Amino acid sequence: MNVINEMHLKFMSKSSNESFARSAVAAFVLELDPTITELADIKTAVSEAVTNAIVHGYRRGSGMIYIDAKLTDDNNVIIKIRDKGVGIEDIKQAMQPLFTTAESEERAGLGFAVMQSFTDSVKVSSKPQKGTSVTLKKRIVPLR
Amino acid sequence: MINTDFKDDVLTVYLSGEIDHNRAAGIRTKIDGRVNALRPKTLELDFSKVSFMDSSGIGLIMGRYRSVGLIGGNLRVVNIPDNLSKIVKLSGISSLGVLK
Repeated sequence: MNVINEMHLKFMSKSSNESFARSAVAAFVLELDPTITELADIKTAVSEAVTNAIVHGYRRGSGMIYIDAKLTDDNNVIIKIRDKGVGIEDIKQAMQPLFTTAESEERAGLGFAVMQSFTDSVKVSSKPQKGTSVTLKKRIVPLR
Repeated sequence: MINTDFKDDVLTVYLSGEIDHNRAAGIRTKIDGRVNALRPKTLELDFSKVSFMDSSGIGLIMGRYRSVGLIGGNLRVVNIPDNLSKIVKLSGISSLGVLK
């Protein structure tokens, strides 16, 4: 597997950037010729991860969100979404469907479930008070 | 922009564009304002013009199910486009019996 393209984004944890972030990643992935469904899946998963960084990671203030995205020659897209926020105490619990700590904001608690179902793999690493990083991987099926 | 229509005790809300965390709060305030003013028997959310939605849209539906329930009304969710069916299925909201 070789990296054929790479990009980095750094933006403020403002909710108006959710749309910017998912659209920018989707535009970057176009090189692999994804279907509309594959593109929508990526946009949705990125939107969930960025929203988590804003709503949870930086719930006590604001900070920067980082996205590192790569395309590989075996048609995979790898997207890492990082924040330097409060971190997750219990990753296993956070990934449980319907678990939410933001009930008052009407968060459905489905963020990780959506990421898992819309990509091929989701890896989460987090340190309390240091931040969280979520790595999404999805294969774009080549057109025959 | 959100258009609404009130007829025969049914408040229909025509949602459009992209529903994410950023937009959900404004949509929620607008719908709940109309619901509390008009006290409809049925709140109908029409998704036909929604082009993108993440789990914030699911939260919006679940929240309206509760808020309209508080005034004794019921919720109806109609015209979910094909491209949103995956997230709707995943969310399990069909068990609320609101999808028409």
